[in-house]
Amino acid sequence: MDDRYNAFLTTTCKNVTHGKGKLSGIAVAVKDNISTRGIETTCASKILKGYVPPYDAHVVELLKREGAAIVGKTNMDEFGMGTTTENSAFGPTLNPCDTGRVPGGSSGGSAAAVAAGMVRMAIGTDTGGSIRCPAAFCGIVGLKPTYGRVSRFGLIAYANSLEQIGPMGRSVTDVSTLMDVIAGYDRYDSTSVNKPYNHTPQPEIQGLKIGIPREYFGPGVDPNVARVVNTAIGRIEELGATTVPCSIPSMEYALAAYYVTCTCEASSNLARFDGVRYGPATDTNKSWHAAYQEVRRAGFGTEVRRRIMLGTFALSSGYYGKYYAKAQIARENVKRDFARIFSEVDVIAGPTMPTIAFKLGEKSDPLSMYLSDILTVPVNLAGIPAISVPCGKVEGMPVGLQIMGRPFDDERVIDVAYAYEQVVT
Amino acid sequence: MTEGQVIVGLEVHCQLDTKSKLFCGCSTDYRSDGPNTHVCPVCLGLPGAMPVLNKRSIEYAMRVAKALNCTVLHESEFSRKNYFYPDLDKAYQITQYDKPLAEGGYLEIEADEGGEKRIRLTRIHVEEDPGRLIHMGNTERGKYSLVDYNRAGIPLIEIVSEPDMRSPKEARKFLNKLRATLEYLSVFDSEKEGSLRVDANISIKGSERVEVKNISSYKGVEKALTFEITRQKNLLRRGQKVERETRHFLEARGITQSSRSKEQEHDYRYFPEPDLRPLHVQSWVDGIVLPELPDARRERFITQYRCSLNHARTLTGDLRLANFYEKVVAPDPKGLSALAATWIADTLIGELNYRDMSISGLDATRITGLLHLLQQNIITDKSGIDVLRVMLDQYLNHQPVETPAAIVKRLNLAKTAGDTGVLKSAVEEAISENPKALDDYRNGKAGAINFLVGQVMKKTRGKADPGELNRILIESLKNRGY
Repeated sequence: MDDRYNAFLTTTCKNVTHGKGKLSGIAVAVKDNISTRGIETTCASKILKGYVPPYDAHVVELLKREGAAIVGKTNMDEFGMGTTTENSAFGPTLNPCDTGRVPGGSSGGSAAAVAAGMVRMAIGTDTGGSIRCPAAFCGIVGLKPTYGRVSRFGLIAYANSLEQIGPMGRSVTDVSTLMDVIAGYDRYDSTSVNKPYNHTPQPEIQGLKIGIPREYFGPGVDPNVARVVNTAIGRIEELGATTVPCSIPSMEYALAAYYVTCTCEASSNLARFDGVRYGPATDTNKSWHAAYQEVRRAGFGTEVRRRIMLGTFALSSGYYGKYYAKAQIARENVKRDFARIFSEVDVIAGPTMPTIAFKLGEKSDPLSMYLSDILTVPVNLAGIPAISVPCGKVEGMPVGLQIMGRPFDDERVIDVAYAYEQVVT
Repeated sequence: MTEGQVIVGLEVHCQLDTKSKLFCGCSTDYRSDGPNTHVCPVCLGLPGAMPVLNKRSIEYAMRVAKALNCTVLHESEFSRKNYFYPDLDKAYQITQYDKPLAEGGYLEIEADEGGEKRIRLTRIHVEEDPGRLIHMGNTERGKYSLVDYNRAGIPLIEIVSEPDMRSPKEARKFLNKLRATLEYLSVFDSEKEGSLRVDANISIKGSERVEVKNISSYKGVEKALTFEITRQKNLLRRGQKVERETRHFLEARGITQSSRSKEQEHDYRYFPEPDLRPLHVQSWVDGIVLPELPDARRERFITQYRCSLNHARTLTGDLRLANFYEKVVAPDPKGLSALAATWIADTLIGELNYRDMSISGLDATRITGLLHLLQQNIITDKSGIDVLRVMLDQYLNHQPVETPAAIVKRLNLAKTAGDTGVLKSAVEEAISENPKALDDYRNGKAGAINFLVGQVMKKTRGKADPGELNRILIESLKNRGY
């Protein structure tokens, strides 16, 4: 496979046999934080180099059952921590639309593989926008399902309470097809909900009410991006939908709540990587804590270490109430704001990302990188479904329209995106 | 409470005797198998694996909560206790922190000053056991450790008591009562190695509290506490202060040793486990039917079998012992209950302890048989003990165990009472061999007759019926004109 964009970390045998089922004959790429039996799974981290899982993630089992050909494991920001896929220990993925730009992240490899036509569909994961951001930057479709709708069993956890596995593809129909395969109850994921997805996209959206949150078009959002998205929403209105202005005041604290929660969970999730059971071996001549320190210092990248330290600090005795507990309150407020808005509208729409894809190396300080997640993280805090669908271009780069829905209303979000896609193509 | 009063509180960790582990389907029956044979992605903490709560372990824990009069909370929750240690596969232990399964409750024990005493409980929570380190090598060959994750994920309950115990003996009684209660509930097997671990908090009133960790036996608790009280009292006597610290109990040496300095104190960074949903199980409580518990059984033994309070307490203080007693007397409760109480609670327990043996595996019918021989006056008490010892040694050495009757026959232990000829000639022999005793008897020394009885007993190897022997001896002496 010609992987000029460095979309893949591992490619499996070229002659993958296709089985029978809904995905028969379809090549699917899987993000490298999802366990695949017998196939190296690294999370784009040196600390997992050489780790070959002895079991398949639930979604991988489902893909195989429906005859998909899993052609490889895609590049990503290490452990999902990033918005550009530059934080991979194995080199950045390039954006197929402009190789001088990032593909977005953290599922940048999956998005690039789809955008470049290397695969028809890909599996990504979305903790704070990691499916929607690269979908927007690469000009493809990506769905972050409702929390609990897709089993996380086998997904190497970064922030358990926020993340979901989701489908990525060139069209809403492909995304819907993949969602059909991967959604459903799994008794091995205690947070999984028994809400299967048996849906074919419907373009009929007559009478639909769309909330337009002021914050999604405010300061920090590139006016050109806002204009393109507004135009797209206008096209949906022409199909019989009405728009309702609304506001999500809790967004003021959403980013902070998100980063406190995800770093706390990450500091605990990533503590197990110590070189004892898998990954690069520990130097057994050292005392165990010295060996742990060495393995972890050498194995984790800068951003991962930063987030582990932030989370460790935030959970420390005396700080828990100040950070983690407060973040959970802010999170409840975000949920409440969404619930209030959804009592009046069917979906909420806005841009997926405040800008087009950054140039490689453009976001050098972590804080400005974190700020670019502002439009995607509220969805993860609330656990609701959201899709990013291409809606035009700025400076020749794709822009994503984000459509958010009520919990377990993934079908509606798909339908609205499908209706829009039908008009523009 | 007076100055210098000993104050003890316990944290008891017990393995719940479920078939599978707390968060995965791996078997808990690992003790006779090789290392790392009862493991899966979940209990190895492999990346991506997620915990699924074993419902049975919550049922077991709730049985305990109900039996110990605790309040099961409306909502409880699992939390992560984060710390690094090679036996902890995920680098955090899934446990319960600020929302435990149950709170409050109490356990009644026999107080040192007599009567029943309530030890209040703080809480009961459920958690997973970590794996185990096996330390290898030595100073010459280099020390290293191997990790065995078979134990990782075994369900534990931690029962935390209030500081209501006033002596090591009370602490021991608390543990014994707790063990008995858990076994009556069929949720715990005390005979499994490492199934119970205790941390003790101990202080002398007015001084700092010391936590003693790593106590893994029932006897160890009493030993560790006794050592620690002496240590603390000595410090105070010398005018020194007791430091607030954590100490480890070194079982082999019977001492406690300071284990952690302040700088190394852990900050466990607890937070709710995001991969598990909160528990809402309060409504299960009403559906739990408790079996007969030790206190109720003790009262029943007193009324049904007319056991003394002490015998009833001993017999019902251990599920196996109580079951054994009831099996032994079953063929003839009226005839055997009194004899069995003495023989089991006093003699048998002593002999078992001496051999460090458990009562499990012992055949109750053998003891019933022995009691029948005693009841029918076929053997003396002394021969009874001999028969018992022969049987226990055969059990211990994995030999076929003979019936009491066969042992009596083989060793010729039957009383000679029926065979007055043997007894008579033994008496005659004893008298003629001991002319001095005869003189003493003539001179009115009361001890002489006891001496002669002893001689006859020696000759008959204890088989002589004491009453019969006395009668024949007096008669013989009379015949000789004394």
